[in-house]
Amino acid sequence: MTDEKPPSRGLTVLAMLLFLFLLAPVLVVVPLSFSGDAYLSFPPSSWSFHWYKQILAEPKIVSAFGTSLLLACSTMTISVAVGLPAAYALVRLKVRGANLLMSLFTAPLLLPSIVLAIAILVIFASLGMLGTFKGLLAGHVIVTLPYAVRILSTALAGLPIACEEAAATLGASPTVVFYRVTLPLMLPGLVATAALAFLVSFDEVVLSLFLSGPRLSTLPVEMFHYVETRTDPLIAALSCILVVATLVIVLVVDRTAGLARTFAR
Amino acid sequence: MLVSAEESFLRGSTGGAAMLLLPIIVISLVGFVAPVVNLLVFSFQKAEATGALLGGFTFDTWHDVITDPYYRELIANSVGASLLITVLDLVLSYPIALYLHRSSGLRRTILLVLVISPLLLSAVVRTYGWIAILADNGLIDQLLAKLGIINPYRMVFNMLGVVIGLTEILMPYMILALLAGFGRLDLRAEEAAATLGARPFVVFRRVTLPLSLPGILLGSLLCFVLAISSFITPKLLGGGRIFLLATEIYDQAIVTLNWPVAATLSGLILAIFGVALVAYTRLLARLV
Repeated sequence: MTDEKPPSRGLTVLAMLLFLFLLAPVLVVVPLSFSGDAYLSFPPSSWSFHWYKQILAEPKIVSAFGTSLLLACSTMTISVAVGLPAAYALVRLKVRGANLLMSLFTAPLLLPSIVLAIAILVIFASLGMLGTFKGLLAGHVIVTLPYAVRILSTALAGLPIACEEAAATLGASPTVVFYRVTLPLMLPGLVATAALAFLVSFDEVVLSLFLSGPRLSTLPVEMFHYVETRTDPLIAALSCILVVATLVIVLVVDRTAGLARTFAR
Repeated sequence: MLVSAEESFLRGSTGGAAMLLLPIIVISLVGFVAPVVNLLVFSFQKAEATGALLGGFTFDTWHDVITDPYYRELIANSVGASLLITVLDLVLSYPIALYLHRSSGLRRTILLVLVISPLLLSAVVRTYGWIAILADNGLIDQLLAKLGIINPYRMVFNMLGVVIGLTEILMPYMILALLAGFGRLDLRAEEAAATLGARPFVVFRRVTLPLSLPGILLGSLLCFVLAISSFITPKLLGGGRIFLLATEIYDQAIVTLNWPVAATLSGLILAIFGVALVAYTRLLARLV
């Protein structure tokens, strides 16, 4: 007996129509980015690369892109640097109350981002950290760190401890065991964590909207303000570039680390 | 004698655990616990018209917000819209999840990637896509024009647009929750019912649907909670004309600078979260 029951024809047609609805906004953005029109109209009446070139003519977008890139790289580095020792202490050293600590560290994921954003806004305002790079960086780390600890702990818990024990039995100090055995073994989890921290930071919009200022803002914030005030295909062109970039990152991670293996546990 | 290798190589580093955990504990307490507690304290203060805080401890802000007809309507609209979006998400996602559950191999993998991939795309981009579809001269208007129909309805910068956009944006969460819930769905139960003479609709209503209820509950909780706290889509597709809890928090915090009111509205969202969570737990307990 097979365990599979192929979907009926009616269900297939219905599911495909609903898939069309689910993917509609993405499917619209790609052709729209090649529009030659001066305003938002679909389907476009003429085609061109005009809006791709126009991105570089928007100084706010260009500088926000630089900020976002630097911010995402810094957030990624700090998340891994803080998350890795924490995951090691929780999983390998089995500190007392590890479960409780894990709940504390991942609690920001449960809070609605708008509530977290205003909570941090109120504190940062009194510290004069609004519209500063260190303010944005601190906010992004608070958001990405829970993902980092979670994924790194899962990766670490999935490693067979036998290799580390063997190295230790043969006389390697804990530090040597960590750098020569544990770290290389958990490289896939490390790459996945870094990529996710980068993507979450690069895409983060609600928190950035609250913490950015007129002089310093991130790409998603500038895109938000652009859509709020203007309706032309520029954001479509920018979106397509971001979609392709995201796909490249995901594919690279999948090739080097095996995304499915990292998240499947 | 055999000393556990684990103990031997970790010996002496137990004291170091505190050192390893120190940075993340500091970040969690300073960056998360303190701000949230501080925010809730703010909701028990009152601000002057200038924005300056009066200090002290008062229920005034909570009282003002809860008795103000404007905020009452805001809360009712937010809860109502979120419930509507949750129901729409359930209806639209169920066939997709069932289809995914019943397909296999490469087709299943590709379709699953198509379900997850929108999650990697910023809400700004997806909302923008919906503006292109729903706006005047957008895809739907043009399609109708080809058929010789002039669309009499405005579909953006009103509640209709917000509901359509948010429903689509939250669909992946519902689909994934339903798929996880379908794990309980044993094909043999459906086959048994069919063999015993039940018509397909009866099999669905009496066997498939009840077995997938846990997934339905989880997906509904997720969608409701995400809908009521979402901000980007109502702000952009609502064109600044749709007022919901989350958009009001932003306006009070950034535009009006009335932090006690923003803090109270945040407390209200957390309270609604709590109610939704309790309802979910109660309903789930009745199933088992």
